[in-house]
Formats: sequence, C-alpha cells, structure tokens
Amino acid sequence: MATAASVPAPRGIIRRPTATTGWLSWFTTIDHKKIGLLYGFSAFALFIIGGLEALLIRAQLAKPDNTLLNADQYNQIFTMHGLTMIFLFVMPMSAAFFNYMIPLMIGARDVAFPRLNAFSYWVFLLGGLFLYSSWFLGGAPNGGWFGYPPNSTTDPTIGMTFYALGLIITGLASSAGAINLAVTVVNMRAPGMTLFRMPVFVWMGLVVQFLLVFALPIITVALFEMLFDRRWGTHFFDPTAGGRPLLWQNLFWLFAHPEVYILILPAFGIISEILPVFSRKPLFGYQFVVFSGIAIGFIGFGVWAHHMFAVGLGPVANTAFGITTAIIAVPTGIKIFNWMGTMYGGDIHFDTPMLMAVGAVAMFVIGGLSGVTHAVVPSDYQQTDTYYVVAHFHYVLFGGAVFGLFGGVFYWWPKIFARQLDERWGKVQFWIMLIGFNLTFGPMHILGLGGMIRREYTYPASLGLTFWNQVSTVGAYLIALSTLVFVVNAVKTQRTAKGLANEDPWDARTLEWTTSCPPPVYNFEEIPVVHSIDEFWHRKYAEDKEGRLIRVPAGASDHAAADGHGGAIHLPTPSFWPLIAAVGLPTIAYGVLYSWWLVGAGALVTVIGFMGWAMEPPVAE
Amino acid sequence: MADTTAHAAPVEHTSTGLPSTKLAMWLFLASECLLFGALITTYVLYRGASTTGPYPSEIFDIRYTSVSSFVLLASSLTMVLSLTAAEKRDFARMRLWLVATALLGMTFVGGQVYEFTSFYHEGLSLTTNLFGTTFYVLTGFHGVHVTVGILMLLSLVGMSWAGRLPDDQAFPVEMVGLYWHFVDIVWIVIFTVVYLIPQAKPAG
Repeated sequence: MATAASVPAPRGIIRRPTATTGWLSWFTTIDHKKIGLLYGFSAFALFIIGGLEALLIRAQLAKPDNTLLNADQYNQIFTMHGLTMIFLFVMPMSAAFFNYMIPLMIGARDVAFPRLNAFSYWVFLLGGLFLYSSWFLGGAPNGGWFGYPPNSTTDPTIGMTFYALGLIITGLASSAGAINLAVTVVNMRAPGMTLFRMPVFVWMGLVVQFLLVFALPIITVALFEMLFDRRWGTHFFDPTAGGRPLLWQNLFWLFAHPEVYILILPAFGIISEILPVFSRKPLFGYQFVVFSGIAIGFIGFGVWAHHMFAVGLGPVANTAFGITTAIIAVPTGIKIFNWMGTMYGGDIHFDTPMLMAVGAVAMFVIGGLSGVTHAVVPSDYQQTDTYYVVAHFHYVLFGGAVFGLFGGVFYWWPKIFARQLDERWGKVQFWIMLIGFNLTFGPMHILGLGGMIRREYTYPASLGLTFWNQVSTVGAYLIALSTLVFVVNAVKTQRTAKGLANEDPWDARTLEWTTSCPPPVYNFEEIPVVHSIDEFWHRKYAEDKEGRLIRVPAGASDHAAADGHGGAIHLPTPSFWPLIAAVGLPTIAYGVLYSWWLVGAGALVTVIGFMGWAMEPPVAE
Repeated sequence: MADTTAHAAPVEHTSTGLPSTKLAMWLFLASECLLFGALITTYVLYRGASTTGPYPSEIFDIRYTSVSSFVLLASSLTMVLSLTAAEKRDFARMRLWLVATALLGMTFVGGQVYEFTSFYHEGLSLTTNLFGTTFYVLTGFHGVHVTVGILMLLSLVGMSWAGRLPDDQAFPVEMVGLYWHFVDIVWIVIFTVVYLIPQAKPAG
C-alpha cells in the first residue's frame, strides 16, 4: 500500500548533505526523531542550568540577612530561573516528546514539514543561547519573567532588552513548531486513525499547538512594544507621556495564562498514556479527558486577569475573572477524576513511569486546590506577591509538569534508546524528588501566609521566617540530588549494550510501540491501518466468551523489521538551509543592540536561508 | 508537497484532503490576526491619549493615503489575475501579473516611506507622543509585511522564470496570494481605524 512520495526531478546548484549518521548529520537532520532528541538534550541541559540558579536562590535565602548574593545578582538569577524553566526547559521538553512521539503515535513517517521542524529547533536553541549571552554582555534580564513596566522599561542595564529580543526569537520557534505539529495531527494520520482514536497525548499536543498559535502573537506584540520603549524611546508603557503600564499586564497575561496550559497539558497527555498502561485498563472516560482538555484550551484565554486582582481593575472585572477562574477548575477536575477512575480496580504496576505519573497527579491536585483559593478575590489580595503564589505555581508546574515529563522519560526511554533505565535507581530518584519537592515548596505556603514577599533577596531574622526557609533550602538540594541520581542512572544505562529482551516492555497500548526500538528512520515500513482506540493493545489481545483477555498469537501483529524493505521509501533529504535561516535571527537581534549593519547582515542570511530552502526539493535524488 | 499518507480502501478518512501547506498557511494567518489584533488594540486604546501634538487631524492627508490604499487594494486584483493565468497554465501571463502585483506593492510601500518622511518633517517622530509611537509601529509592522510579500512575489517570478517551481505553478501562487490578500485586508482595517474614523484633538 504505502510506498513513496512522488519525487520531483532533482535539480541542484548547491551540494546537498545526505549523511544521516556522524556528528555533522545532527546539524542537517530533518528526521523528527533526531530533532526530538536534540530538543530533549538541549532542554535537559537548560533544566540543569535553571536548577543551579534555583539552588543559588535557595542558598541566598537559607539564612536571614544573607550576603551570598546582592540584590542585583538575585534579581538576575530569579528572572533567568523563571525564563529558563518556562521557555527553555518545559516548552522545549514538551516539544521533544511531541516531535518524537506524535508521528509515531498517529502512524506517520514524519511531521508535515520536516525542514520547518529543524528550523524551529535551531531558532529555539539559538534564541536560548542569545538570552544566556546577556550574562557576558552587561547583565542578564532582571525584571522577572513577567517583566512589568515601567520597571522593566526604565531599568538602565541591558538585561531586559535581551529579554524582549530573546523571547521574540524563542516565540518564533514555538510558533513555527506549533503550526507544523498541528498540521501534522490534522492531516497526516494513518488510515483509520480518526480524531477520536488518537492517543490522548496527541490530543493534548493538538490543543497545545493551537494555544501556541493564538497566544504567542500577543506576547510578541507586547515584547516588540517593550523593545521599542527600551531601545528607541517610544511611550507604549511610559506613564509620563500618557502610556499605561497596565496594557503590558493585560497583553502579557493574555499570553501567559494560556502559556500555563501550554506547560501543563503535555504532562497531562503523558499521564493519560502512562496510567492506562500501568493499570492495564483503558483510559476511563476518554471523551471526557479529551473534551476537558479542549475546554481548558478555550477557557484558558478567559482567565488572565486573575493575575491582576490586586492592581485595581474594579469589582466587576475582578468578579468576572474570579468566576471564570473557578470554572476552569472544573475540566481540570474532570481529568483528575478520570485518572482516578482509570486506576480504580486496575491491575496496577508501580514501575517508575507510573510512580512519576501518580506523583504528578497528586502534586497537581495540591497546586490546583491552592489555585482555587486564588480565584477568591479577597483571599487573593492576601496572597498576591507572597510566597504562597510561589508555592502554588511550583506545585502545578514542578509537581505537575516536571513529574509528568520525567514519567514520559522513563516510559519512552526503551522506545528511544533500546535500553531500559534502572528501575531501582528510578524509584530512588522518585522518592527523593517527591520528598525534596514537598520540603521545598510545602513550607512556602506557610511562609507566604506568614507575610514573606516574593522576589526579595533577603529578610530580617526578626520576621520569624528563618526556619521554614531553611527547610525549603534543604528540600531544594534534595531535588538536585534526585536529578543527579537520574543523570547517573541515564549514563549507566547508556553504557550497557543496546537491545531489549522485549521491545514492548510495558505491554503498551499505542502505535509507537508497534515499531522496533529505536524506530527505523522511516518509522513504519507499511503505514498501519487503525481500527480502534489503543490499536496496539487490540492487536495483542482479544476477549474470550467470559470477557477474559487472551493473547492474540504473534504474527498477527508482528513488528516491522528494522531493516530490509525500507530502502524503497523516499524520505526527505537533510538540509543546511533551516540552520542557516535560523542563524540570521539572533544576528538581527544582536544588530538591534549594537549595529544596523548587523541587522542587515542577519536579515540577508535569513533571506538567503529561506531562498535556498524554497529552491531545493524536499527529496534529493 | 510530499504526502506520504497512504489510502487504503474501506477505512475512515483521516486527512482533510487539503494540502498541508495550505492548512499551515491558514494557521499562520490566524496567528497573524492575533498579532495585528494586539497592535490595533494598542492603537485604539491610545487614541486621544497623547499629551502633546501633533495630533492625527493636523497631519493626515486622507486623500493621499486613500490613493495609496487604492493602489494596494488593486494589487489584490492583479494577484487574482495571476492565479487565474497560472490555473490556465499561461505562465508568462502569470509572471506578468505577479510583477504587476509586486510593483503595486512597491508603490504602496514607497508611498508609506514618503508619508513617514513628510510626517517626520511636520514634527511627528516615533518618540514625539503616543500617537507617533502607536502610528509608526502599527503601520510600520504592516509595511514590513507588505515588503516580505513583495520579496515572495519576486521570488516566485524568478523561480518560475528559471523553471524551479513544481509543475503545478498555481499552487505556490495561490499560497503567496493568501498571504498577500491577508495583508491587504489588514490594511483596510488599519486605514479605517487609523485614518478614517475621526479623532478629535484633546481639549487643552
């Protein structure tokens, strides 16, 4: 059935890279699996860096009146911690899973636009490096990840200009990636893979891509306005000329609240894959989980002002946004109950992915409940800008997203690397991480209600905040230890020989496990035909008359051979052009800071990159 | 567009049937709607908020901008003519209309450059007041979009000339056309909101 794409006649004025192995191939690859790995490794490296920044923050707060960091350094470090974890770790780590898994899960050979995919990755990486280069060029961003003007627009150091430019660049990467993945899901599914047979992870992926497509342009405009204010003296957020700093807050949160769901829905998708596999039951209420994910996507655009209750919008706006905020807890709650229903009565196997997923659900519930307290406006007045808020969003974003992503790492590691992470070390990591996490962020509820203000670089001993701050610092170092355990585990695992006793180690349910581990470059020798939700499960099991599961004899569902017939499949050829086009963008950004010549040079490089890209056929001979 | 999806006989349709490139272009334009939406919102929010002059009524030459707006809208017509020619496989005429579209676009951008220059000489710079700030950034963003469109049109002409377009030349023309029409439609909104809806000079 499936054979090759029609091959345009080869034409070429430039020599085209063709190698798919070797170090150079990583720069020219357009294979969604390799790009997924690049995303994953880059994001993990940045997770370590963002984590080190967190450790510095906790070290500074370990005792009152500490002088380890001064106020200026502290501002830069907490700002970069937030930016790194949000834009350079959770988003690209989610992109890593989407890239690697979505084509495999929907039965496609690659994403819709393989070269655009490479472009997205390089723009993200270069944007991140651009942001980090600010440390060496006059100081990192220091106005918080939310960057409120007029503080951010009048700050004399260069940091917040890097912030505006860097986030515009990474936003561009995410937009391009989002369009690509959304089209992939809408248009590239295998025959029979109807929308309501898609794995929930793919569904959540689709919702996230739509959120990105509609939320990112808003922050892009806000960032441009900030850039113009800072660099060319315009008055968008300048109250002395009639500008309103509140405009920034509205634009920012109109992006940044959907962003919260952009960060958490990928983890929700992973959890929805892991729980059924390790409970050996189908997901309870599949349609409810999917529709609540879609509902979250829509309502997520209508709650932004709950970040601004204390700025004086008036009782009508505050009430309206308090209500929408309470409403969005409903679809989220539906998901939680469905996950519990999935586990209820299941044959539960507590392997590491399952521990991580259950941990994520439990921690997210705590964060979700403290979130509901923010929906109550008078209560929120007390909590605004205190550590209570810090506790809340770390419970949802670390407790929910990071635990969920680690669950995905453990779950799909055998698929990607053909080796299994050590289960004992995995469990050790999970328990240290869970305890460390709760020690770090649990006490912040108490600190916040006790009056500790966010973003202050130190506190006097007389406030009585010392004890819980010390507990929190100990917890942070435990999280670091758990991450170290993971790194050791990963390195040890990768030193063992490749190969799995069983290529389906978890007895999984979805299409990606029908391929070999790791999947061949063309994913599927023959495009699979899908007949149901949990297609792979139904290929493996049938029910006898009493409703008991019986194994379908092998052969009816054999795996595609790792090599052999794949040679006839024409895959898109690697290309330099996405990388070249991407290099132009940070060049333009440096130009904005330093010289118009550099802007011109960067623009030229980008245009040449796109031209070369447009001229070369997707598949070279 | 390489489409590797197979179609077996009796299973459900799992593709929209539209080319992926077209879907991607529509999604991109949807995203662009939000971009211009936020910019136009900013402009509207700051109407009449300038604390010093010059004010819009003192500076706009509605007749001049109407003509350049007409030029831009006319370019949508030539774009359509180009697509029609491409669909009839009359590629010489297709290129001719593409060049015409690009020239009309350049006339518009040139007109904008002239307009910006004359406003600047009349005392309205990017930093004079909120009107200058919001006006130049909004219309400037639009001008950059038109410029990118011109680059794409000229690239199409060049690639068609050199025989480097796929056999179905109408498809890339249609894609660039979608973008071009979008940029035109945005201008209708901007022209209405910025130039046509009268804005009183603030008292005092």
